[in-house]
Amino acid sequence: MKEKLHELKLKYQGKKMAPAFNAIHTFLYSPNETTHSGGHVRAVDDLKRTMNTVIIALLPCLLFGIFNAGYQHYSAVNGFPADFSILEHFITWDNFWLGAITVLPLVVVSYGVGLAIEFVFAVIKGHEVEEGYLVTGMLVPLIIPVDTPLWMLAVAVAFGVVIGKEVFGGTGMNILNPALTIRAFLFFAYPTWMSGDKVWVHEGVARAGTADAISGETILGYLAQGKSEAMYAKYDLAEMFYGFIPGSVGETSTFLILLGGLFLIFTKIASWRIMLSAVIGSLAMGLIFNWVVDAGIIPEYSKFYGLMQFDFWKHLIVGGLAFGIVYMATDPVTGSQTNKGKWIYGFFIGFISVMIRVFNPGYPEGVFLAILLMNVFAPTIDHYVVQGNVRRRMKRLKNATILPKPSDGKAEALKVETV
Amino acid sequence: MALLSKKDANLILDPLADNNPITIQVLGICSALAITAELKASLVMSISVIFVMGVGNVVISLMRNLIPSKIRIIAQLIVVATLVIVVDQVLKAFAYELSKTLSVFVGLIITNCIIMGRFEAFALGNGVWRSFLDGIGNALGYGVILVMVGFFRELLGAGTLFGIPVLGDPITKTGLYAIGYENNGFMIIPPAALIVVGIIIWVQRSRNKALIEEA
Repeated sequence: MKEKLHELKLKYQGKKMAPAFNAIHTFLYSPNETTHSGGHVRAVDDLKRTMNTVIIALLPCLLFGIFNAGYQHYSAVNGFPADFSILEHFITWDNFWLGAITVLPLVVVSYGVGLAIEFVFAVIKGHEVEEGYLVTGMLVPLIIPVDTPLWMLAVAVAFGVVIGKEVFGGTGMNILNPALTIRAFLFFAYPTWMSGDKVWVHEGVARAGTADAISGETILGYLAQGKSEAMYAKYDLAEMFYGFIPGSVGETSTFLILLGGLFLIFTKIASWRIMLSAVIGSLAMGLIFNWVVDAGIIPEYSKFYGLMQFDFWKHLIVGGLAFGIVYMATDPVTGSQTNKGKWIYGFFIGFISVMIRVFNPGYPEGVFLAILLMNVFAPTIDHYVVQGNVRRRMKRLKNATILPKPSDGKAEALKVETV
Repeated sequence: MALLSKKDANLILDPLADNNPITIQVLGICSALAITAELKASLVMSISVIFVMGVGNVVISLMRNLIPSKIRIIAQLIVVATLVIVVDQVLKAFAYELSKTLSVFVGLIITNCIIMGRFEAFALGNGVWRSFLDGIGNALGYGVILVMVGFFRELLGAGTLFGIPVLGDPITKTGLYAIGYENNGFMIIPPAALIVVGIIIWVQRSRNKALIEEA
């Protein structure tokens, strides 16, 4: 098989379809070519392996999302189990089967459309197929509601890949995170399918208005309507943390996201600086809101009161904040590149996420908007960090030349050293 | 085009494609974003601009030897403002509903960079007939893009053209809506116009190699 592919590759070299063929070839096996000139460092962690590591970190979320889709549906239809046990009520064949037939088509459409566009662009432009879509294709089904119509997803993926990525020159050149571009497109194009209390449960929209109507309001949805007591009566903190709550497919389980995040930090794929600073940023904003409530600045009948009085640290375990911080904010292409820049970039993602979450009138979540906004600012942040570094070193250089006596000739040596 | 010499014909034809004021010179973007959510508004806006530019270029060209160069901008502004007020009053008199849709943007034709640009760059230095053709040509180039953007935005965003449903009825679920199609709310908001214009520029530049800039 391996040899056959190598032979075929030589045969198709220079043909129009060569990039498409090479993409499949290198996905399966490492190429048999050696470098043609000079010394090269060979390592296994190329772009494809990096992408695959992120996908491995995402798989637990996907699996959990499949079970949760089934669990939320059956619970909404038959009533929530009184004494919940994971093995009895969550990990069941029924849940898995229902989740699989609703979630897996999303994955298939996301990959199918996205990769098809990547292949077409590679063939037209005559470059190799880029691996960028491998992670995007997995992220997209995890951050949308379970019942998103497949054609909408297909349109959004086409838009996100072409406008979000290909027009800028493909993988590595994009300004905005493509997965979030896709989600933002869906959100603005088809808001009725992306918000409200019907979309988070399978068949919620289809049954709306009938006698069998079901709904699953998200935690943030409850809070935005000021129904804190109703929310706490239905869900406790452990359920929020482990993720047995309605929400987009793969973002409910903070516990598994935390594991995935640790895995990504351990393998050095994702930046711990961005994750940590984003957590700090969201806590800071949450604390400010809590303080505003405690100080009595905002009256209880205000429509922001419900979300403002929500304990600051609980913002991390509900909604898409944790998922966004771990898997989206840390995208190495669209995030800041400098270490100091990563701290600033991450901090504002957390800060603005919670701010939008509280103040957004129509939709109590803002992680994707916050990350997209900071994506735009990331190059500016990097620019000023680099400029600041240059200025600091220039200052050091200026000071350094004054200290030694100009006569002993050390000034030149020192000057060279400090640069 | 026996009516016009080849040179004169190019004054009209060039701005339609190879030297389009919107897609190549990237002027007049503000109004292209603001009023293209409906095809009808785009069309009326285009006609208004064609009128203002055609007449304006002629007037400026007639006065080009009388205007002292130090105050030429203010003189040009007066000419545009007068013409725009005429358009505005006509719209209010004969198409009141439409003038409400266009609201402030008719008044803002005054600040349309394409008009001042053509006054400065062409009418001040050319004869009346050629200035007239140039004005009409550039306004047509502007209008073509406006109508194109308006077409896609109204079709995808509201499922209608000139207010007439063409894809079926979204409420009673007929036509395309019967099989689950939904209007794209993104197309209604102004940023969508930016993206549609961007796609038009992209298509135009990739088809016409002469327009590709050196990297």
